Amino acid sequence: MPFLEHLSLGQYVPTQSFVHSLDPRAKILSAIALITSVFLASTSLWPYFLWFVVLIAISALSKLSLKTIMASIKPVLILIIFTVLINLLFASGEELFRIFFISITKEGLAASIKMGLRLLFLILFANITMMTTSPIELSDGIESLLSPFKRFHVPAHEFAMMMTIALRFIPTLLDETDKIIKAQLARGADLDSGNLIKRFKAFIPVLVPLFVIVFQRADDLAIAMEARCYRGGIGRSRMKPLRWTLSDGLYLLTVLLTCASGVVLDKWVL
Amino acid sequence: MDVEAGWWVSVVGDNGSGKSTLAKHLNALLLPTRGVCFVLGNDTKDSSLHWEIRKNVSMVFQNPENQIVASVVEEEVAFGPENLGLSSEEIKGRVNWALDVTGLAEFAQKPTYALSGGQKQRLALAGALAMKPKCIVLDEATSMLDPEGRRDLMEVLKKLHDGGMTVVTITHRVEEILMSDYVAVLGQGKLTFYGRLGDVLEDSKLVEFGIKEPAIFRFCRDLKTRGLLDDEVFPRAEDMAENVVQKLCR
Ligand SMILES: Nc1ncnc2c1ncn2[C@@H]1O[C@H](COP(=O)(O)OP(=O)(O)OP(=O)(O)O)[C@@H](O)[C@H]1O
Ligand SMILES: [Mg+2]
Repeated sequence: MPFLEHLSLGQYVPTQSFVHSLDPRAKILSAIALITSVFLASTSLWPYFLWFVVLIAISALSKLSLKTIMASIKPVLILIIFTVLINLLFASGEELFRIFFISITKEGLAASIKMGLRLLFLILFANITMMTTSPIELSDGIESLLSPFKRFHVPAHEFAMMMTIALRFIPTLLDETDKIIKAQLARGADLDSGNLIKRFKAFIPVLVPLFVIVFQRADDLAIAMEARCYRGGIGRSRMKPLRWTLSDGLYLLTVLLTCASGVVLDKWVL
Repeated sequence: MDVEAGWWVSVVGDNGSGKSTLAKHLNALLLPTRGVCFVLGNDTKDSSLHWEIRKNVSMVFQNPENQIVASVVEEEVAFGPENLGLSSEEIKGRVNWALDVTGLAEFAQKPTYALSGGQKQRLALAGALAMKPKCIVLDEATSMLDPEGRRDLMEVLKKLHDGGMTVVTITHRVEEILMSDYVAVLGQGKLTFYGRLGDVLEDSKLVEFGIKEPAIFRFCRDLKTRGLLDDEVFPRAEDMAENVVQKLCR
């Protein structure tokens, strides 16, 4: 089940590398900083060279080839192409050339390239974080980063636990859906012909048992968790507690400085 | 029905006779609507004691799939000890021990969904053992194991039992019933028999309760009628062999 294996652990690529060994909080914060600055640095195109250099640096430090990282955008490639086309076709301004009745404008061309690159780098920086951080580390990191907001009633622990369980149950539910579909097909159900509405209607006999199973499982799991002394985040410890080290600090600082210089240069210098 | 510390009790009964329901009362997942249930001297009606009770009474459920919380084997075993707030070293020690004992050590880093049914049952058991409970309740927890796996597991339980752990097993298997000191028989939500293992075997009550008489019982009876075995010997291979050897030496 190569497809399921891929899905169940997110996009995590388990290897030993500098980036893999970093504290998940450093990686999450770096990703947020990078994505924000990609959006902030928007006057010219040249900051994208900087982001590309950053990407190459992270790829080298994480022992992931640039090819592997680039391949991770495949599922959202359509989205990027769509965004580029929309920006290209529906912009007004100085006309460059015309193909039949579609006019391509200078502004449209610039906007579509920028939007495409923005989206591309946003997804790449998010993906590289997921590829170098295991789901458990990721949810631990999010829990830890959200914990200062607990006093504003942000359910940090609950959110992280929800993520853990969701990841755990994705393959199980896919499996279950597959079984139900096969069972319905065996009884003569016709699931893939007709228009969209017809197909959706045909899918209802799959969805109903699936929901029944989900609720049953949720109930069983809640009891099993309670039986194992789970009572929310209070008094809970971790087998692998997060440890912030000097290299985490240096990594984050480097990323932050790079981001800041990119934004400053873009806005005020060039 | 009383279970003293250090006993091994098996619970038998037909499907739907209330075995799982009884088991869930033992760690306060269900509360009695009538009557009382005391665990380690604590009334399960007092919800402030539930944590204490669950810390000491671990339970492995019938369906292993629905009790796995984490995506990685090692993390799954650590879930219980983490809830107890133990130190990282202590948790690691317990996880390694529990995985070793259940024969899952080589799977520590594997995703949990990729395990087979039997391996998932072992994992559920490892998760319960890692709690280091005073009492462990197994609800048909060996149903998907291969014979060897079941034998290994019984050995582990026997060791823990010899170390003073109270064991309650819900089972249909004669070999497992024979491991226990006491047998409880349920029928339609009621306790129809509770007593020493020997009493069940003597009156062949097991047959009465719908459990097929295994070959070793007949063999044992035969040997006894021929005077080759003492009358009080259990129809358990080890006991029988020991008695035969003793008789020969005399
Ligand atoms: N003493 C009781 N009073 C009322 N209801 C009961 C009692 N015991 C069991 N039941 C009900 O009977 C049903 C089946 O019980 P349970 O799941 O415990 O059976 P089981 O012996 O574990 O069966 P199986 O062998 O299939 O696992 C449940 O819905 C439970 O609520
Ligand atoms: Mg049951």
